[in-house]
Amino acid sequence: MNGVLDKVRALLGSDAVLDPGAAGVAPRIAPPTAEAIALLLRTAADEHWKVRVEGAGSWQPADAPADLAITTRRLDQVEAIEPQDLVATAQAGVGWDRLRQQLAERGVWVALDPPGLAGRTLGSIIASATAGPLRLGLGAVRDHLLGVTAITGDGRVVSSGGHVVKNVAGYDLTRLQVGGFGAFGIIVRAHVRLRALPRADQTLVLEGPREDLSRAADDLREAGLIPAALELLSPALARRGGWVLAARCTGSAAQVEAEEALLRTAGGGRFAPLGPEDSHAFWQRAAEALALRPVTLRLAGLPDATDDLLDLLQHQLGDEWISASPALGTVRWSGEATAERLRHLRRSLAALEVPLTLERGPWALRQAVGVFGAYREGVGPLVTGLRQTFDPAATLVVPVHTDE
Amino acid sequence: MLSAVFSELERIVGPRYVRQSTSDRLTFASDGLPTHRRLPGLVVFPGTRDELIAVVRVLAAHAIPFVPRGAGTGLSGGALANPDAALVVLTRLNRILEIDPKNRRAVVEPGVVNVRLSAATARHGLHYAPDPSSQTACTIGGNVAENAGGPHCLKYGATTAHILALEVVLADGRVVALGSPAGEPWGPDLVGLFVGSEGNFGIATRITVRLTPTPSTVRTLLADFSSLRAAGEAVSAIIASGIVAAALEMMDRSCINAVEDSVYAAGYPRDAAAVLLVELDGMVAAAVDADAKAAGDLLAGHGARSVRIAADLAERERLWQGRKKAFGAMGRLSRDLVVQDAVVPRSALPDVLESISDIAARYRLVVSNVFHAGDGNLHPNISFDATDAELKARVETASAEIMSTCIAAGGTITGEHGVGLDKLRYMPLVFDGDALAAMLAVRRVFDPDERVNPGKVVPIHACREWTGVRRFPS
Repeated sequence: MNGVLDKVRALLGSDAVLDPGAAGVAPRIAPPTAEAIALLLRTAADEHWKVRVEGAGSWQPADAPADLAITTRRLDQVEAIEPQDLVATAQAGVGWDRLRQQLAERGVWVALDPPGLAGRTLGSIIASATAGPLRLGLGAVRDHLLGVTAITGDGRVVSSGGHVVKNVAGYDLTRLQVGGFGAFGIIVRAHVRLRALPRADQTLVLEGPREDLSRAADDLREAGLIPAALELLSPALARRGGWVLAARCTGSAAQVEAEEALLRTAGGGRFAPLGPEDSHAFWQRAAEALALRPVTLRLAGLPDATDDLLDLLQHQLGDEWISASPALGTVRWSGEATAERLRHLRRSLAALEVPLTLERGPWALRQAVGVFGAYREGVGPLVTGLRQTFDPAATLVVPVHTDE
Repeated sequence: MLSAVFSELERIVGPRYVRQSTSDRLTFASDGLPTHRRLPGLVVFPGTRDELIAVVRVLAAHAIPFVPRGAGTGLSGGALANPDAALVVLTRLNRILEIDPKNRRAVVEPGVVNVRLSAATARHGLHYAPDPSSQTACTIGGNVAENAGGPHCLKYGATTAHILALEVVLADGRVVALGSPAGEPWGPDLVGLFVGSEGNFGIATRITVRLTPTPSTVRTLLADFSSLRAAGEAVSAIIASGIVAAALEMMDRSCINAVEDSVYAAGYPRDAAAVLLVELDGMVAAAVDADAKAAGDLLAGHGARSVRIAADLAERERLWQGRKKAFGAMGRLSRDLVVQDAVVPRSALPDVLESISDIAARYRLVVSNVFHAGDGNLHPNISFDATDAELKARVETASAEIMSTCIAAGGTITGEHGVGLDKLRYMPLVFDGDALAAMLAVRRVFDPDERVNPGKVVPIHACREWTGVRRFPS
């Protein structure tokens, strides 16, 4: 493996080497530019090296066996913030907290609240398409992306989309990178859609038995209320004695005031507002907690089947760490699980037409279960074809699927 | 070759629904863009999903290229077929298969007319949000192929944000199920990849769409300006303010007068250089009213001569009819109309509009602007007579200059009409050889022989060969 390190040093210089590695431990390289990543991947493909991609190392464990680890952490620049056009361009290695802060200073934000620790990279959030509770009212990760530049497994630079808010020029290759888990290239840069910071932002919580809260969520939906977030959190995740239904209302003062009034009525007057600091801490703790257990999954069924999904999870894996959006039908679960249990769960869910995505977990589990699997009719060969297209030498170590 | 399959196709769909006479084929020689014409080899109209799949399999067995087509309202020459290809018209596949109000979704066949879906779901308080101007004629299948937009996409997103799952027949006749009933990608986001692929990846046989609650409160404002620049600056001010308008549309004087001269007259002030139509909507009347007031103040503060709020539903509908039928009204100006489509950063609107004005003057052309200002999505419409070759050449050159101007401003060549045939030549201006080659390679994963809608979207000559490394597998 010293041969790998020598070649990397010859290509990029010693400065790019973050950690020279050791027997059984891959050297960790932090290329300073996208071009350097492209050069490295071209060489890796020619030399048949296996490459692991890392961001800040705070979400997916950096444990995939590889000849070389590439981290995007030096691609950490926010290149442009254009508040008048509500568009920003950032390199993929920028930490989410730093991006948020720089945007806030200009009065704007990316309306996402992804799970994970504060320093998680933008690239990691895009690659895993991990939206948080705000997905209900403000959109999924894909809705906030205007364009992406990625380096394919053999070092080709492919830019898709652009930095205007509406664009149908060519196929939408950005969609392949969002939630592609790095199987179709290393994301190095993204154009993101911004919103003006909300003029008002209020969180209200209702605590109680899960069934009661599910009914309350249904009632709100029937009443036509779509707040920015309406999330059902397990007691451990909410750090409360019971389950919590948390509503977050954002927008103009009039909008938030009116939604708050509706919530109070629909919840039988039991929804309690949180102060600004408590509110921030509440959501942040929940987001971080999901990255502290060994495994995180997401599944999505029809909204009216959310309770059934939660029952199934409780029965098969336990329900200690759960965050669910009853109005969307999406559920994020975190905890400990064996490969056998996950395979069984995925099969059960597939019968219900519900996909299970393994968002994070130790290598042995990812390899055994695959990020995706149990596809619907005819999809497996398409995914394999796309994977071969964007990574012809299978350089990037991504266990896309194992069961096709 | 096509004659060989004629009887096979007849057996599948019945003799009435395969046509090969010149007059029948001429009906389908163009779409909504009058600058391109192609005579298809034959036209087939499958009536059911199973017939469609059988038709595609027969065409696959004979290696015949084919082009899917909905209502033919496209504006990029995307649904045109060459004489060696079959045109597969999907308008008979027009059934709404399921409406699930509780989960706010519907399953439709590709030939369902856009506005019919909203009409069918209205009693549940739901609608299908993408609303292209052609929505009374265009089909959901065509909307999926083009990733169609419309005025209200400013708030609700273009077609791609409303498609949850697709059943697709690929060029070789295989049927694949993309996405999941709830809209979560199942594996990589193949639904997102398919939407906007302009028929190059296959034909959607069943489409699961998201339905949107119909807002209980709507306020529509009409503001008029004495200069395009002032109107453009007012748009930027509203966007930057954080007000999320449902729609923010602009029309220039030429367009205003075409509308006012027509049966769609909406009461727009004829002497205005531009009018803005701003719509706010939501479920909470107080919040919508507060936003409407704030928007009205911003418009007035940025030079609007007058701002009025539609007093009732009838007035709102009249204001919108003028906007949505503007393209039809422009039929009064000349024999033919090129509806152009480009996008620029919203802050660049005032400068770009002035540049377009200059280009029109330089080429002695009548250009009318009616467009989605809130998205920066321009529609400069050039009135002309296609029988005048010299005039047509000027239109082509001016269109190219308009595209270059938009790209130079940081924009792109199409926001909702697609590339089709018309914009092929501009693709290398916005994508390099690697990006174009990647698109071609992705297309070949779905359609290795490039038989579905050949010759559209990706200009093959501009794709970079992967010399020195390796090519994408073909």
